[in-house]
Amino acid sequence: MERLAFLTVDGLTRGAVYAAMALALVLIWRGARIVNFAQGAMAVAAAYVAHSVTAATGSFWLGFLAAPVAGLALGWLAERLVMRHVGHDRPLNAVIVALGLVLLITAVLGIVYGNEFRPAPPAFDRTAGFALLSPYDIFVFLSVAVTVGALALLFTRSKVGLRLRASAFAPEVSRLLGVNVGGMLLLGWVLAAGVGALAGMLIIPTEFGLHPNAMDRSFVVAFTAAVVGGLDSPAGAVIGGLAVGLVLSFVGGYLGDQVTPLAIIVLLLAVLLIRPAGLFAKPAARRI
Amino acid sequence: MRRYIATIGAAAILLPLTYVLPAFQNYQLATVAAYLCATAGLTVLTGQNGQLSLGHGALMATGAYTVALMQNAIGNLPLSLAAGVVVTTVAGAVIGLAAARLRGPYLAGVTLAVAVVVPGLTTMFDDVLGGDQGLTFYLAPPPFGYDFPFERWQAWIALAAALLTMLLLGNLAGSRYGREFRAVRDDEIAAQLSGIHLARTQILAFVVSAAAAGLGGGVLAVLAQSVSPGAFSLTLSLFLVMAIVVGGLGSLAGAVWGAILLVALPDLTARATDVFALPAAFAQRLEGNLPLAIFGGTLIVVMIMAPGGIHGLVTHQLTQRIGKRGR
Repeated sequence: MERLAFLTVDGLTRGAVYAAMALALVLIWRGARIVNFAQGAMAVAAAYVAHSVTAATGSFWLGFLAAPVAGLALGWLAERLVMRHVGHDRPLNAVIVALGLVLLITAVLGIVYGNEFRPAPPAFDRTAGFALLSPYDIFVFLSVAVTVGALALLFTRSKVGLRLRASAFAPEVSRLLGVNVGGMLLLGWVLAAGVGALAGMLIIPTEFGLHPNAMDRSFVVAFTAAVVGGLDSPAGAVIGGLAVGLVLSFVGGYLGDQVTPLAIIVLLLAVLLIRPAGLFAKPAARRI
Repeated sequence: MRRYIATIGAAAILLPLTYVLPAFQNYQLATVAAYLCATAGLTVLTGQNGQLSLGHGALMATGAYTVALMQNAIGNLPLSLAAGVVVTTVAGAVIGLAAARLRGPYLAGVTLAVAVVVPGLTTMFDDVLGGDQGLTFYLAPPPFGYDFPFERWQAWIALAAALLTMLLLGNLAGSRYGREFRAVRDDEIAAQLSGIHLARTQILAFVVSAAAAGLGGGVLAVLAQSVSPGAFSLTLSLFLVMAIVVGGLGSLAGAVWGAILLVALPDLTARATDVFALPAAFAQRLEGNLPLAIFGGTLIVVMIMAPGGIHGLVTHQLTQRIGKRGR
């Protein structure tokens, strides 16, 4: 029973981070109909920036703050310099360009920082201090909750949020109504990259450490989470993230850690084959 | 007929070449041939059928591990390679079944999961697959006496596999099935309306391309006489995609360019960095990562500026020079 409680808390903690990553994916998908396969690599890059800032200033929290800022900047660069110029005649083009970004970012990180694992200490103690919930778990929940809450407020309660939603759903009409659709697209990328970077900062200390490929598997899990919720639904991404975190935690806890990789594939395939549009999306007619 | 003549012609050029080239260049030629099997297979799938797979590195690993296990169990090379192709074909059929129901980024996501996760399976079954260390195996010496260079023998094996793959895939592309592949790529609904069975076509493309990747992986294992999960990471899968895109999506000739790039670029960057007197540690970092950076950068630039790839540029130049005789 205690084990079940422990695995549940652990799963929800991990799930919260996957939820943030998945939310970043959903933000870009809704705005640009692109799955940002470079999301993990961009988050790692931001984490390395944080690492450098911490090393230079000696302050962990300055570094921690630097990560989302670096993420915002990376998102801006990625959209402005690269993704904006991709032709849309085939859906594969954007995927392939994002993969090019993955290679480029991991290579630059490898050149600058080397391909060794670097220790990435967590912000707070990860061993459960009292009553199961460790200080780190609380920190993760709070960070993700604040981020998700802020995004929700931005999208539903502000004029920018209205424009963002409008340009995502009807770009042509929005443009006619005077919305700067290109700017909204850029803002979507910047926001998503910032959220992704924060998620990276939360997840990397729970893995083996900082490495140019540190987020490969986490990205796949986050993609699974986004698919579970349906790529179109921010609320679905959060629920999907928590659900996937729980499933992986239970599989790892009861069947062994080596089984989790297989569980990711099985889960992803199962969701895609049973409900390709995700569990929370209304089925839409295919456009011809 | 044209393809048989081209294959025999290529063999007639390459066979004497293996006698002229020094051992290391023969080994590189063999590596190009091994990659060519996989890039040609991926070209059929992505370029001609429109299904993007990021998991072909994992399929190569499947072929490679099967060859290693078979070599250790029985030790008959043709049998091992055949087994590698069969096992990968089955794996390809399983993924293909799922792939036929998925589109665009969803398919890319699933195959990405395969590419990221499959190398981890070697630790799950480490008593059979050897964990992170991988497996080594014995390869019988060439049957032409002991003064016959081993690298030439490996080059022959690899070139035979590559030429066979190119011939078969070329024939397939020219057949009714090839036309169906392209019809599905260009417009799924129009293809369905003209009586093409969508799922069957997509699964066939996946199976064929998996078989080619399995052969390529098997040959790669034969060249190294060992397999390890590190050799078949996500990066390899991304490299294969990069190779076919930069080479030129859609034509098997582009796959040749891509395979050459995969071997030549790391070598060239290593030589280029040797020219500058760099600190040893930094030079080492550059050597592993600079090709990656160049691949990534090239992939982005090519996709945005010249989606036809090298092959597209070359044929464009040719047609311009000869006078436009259609595309």
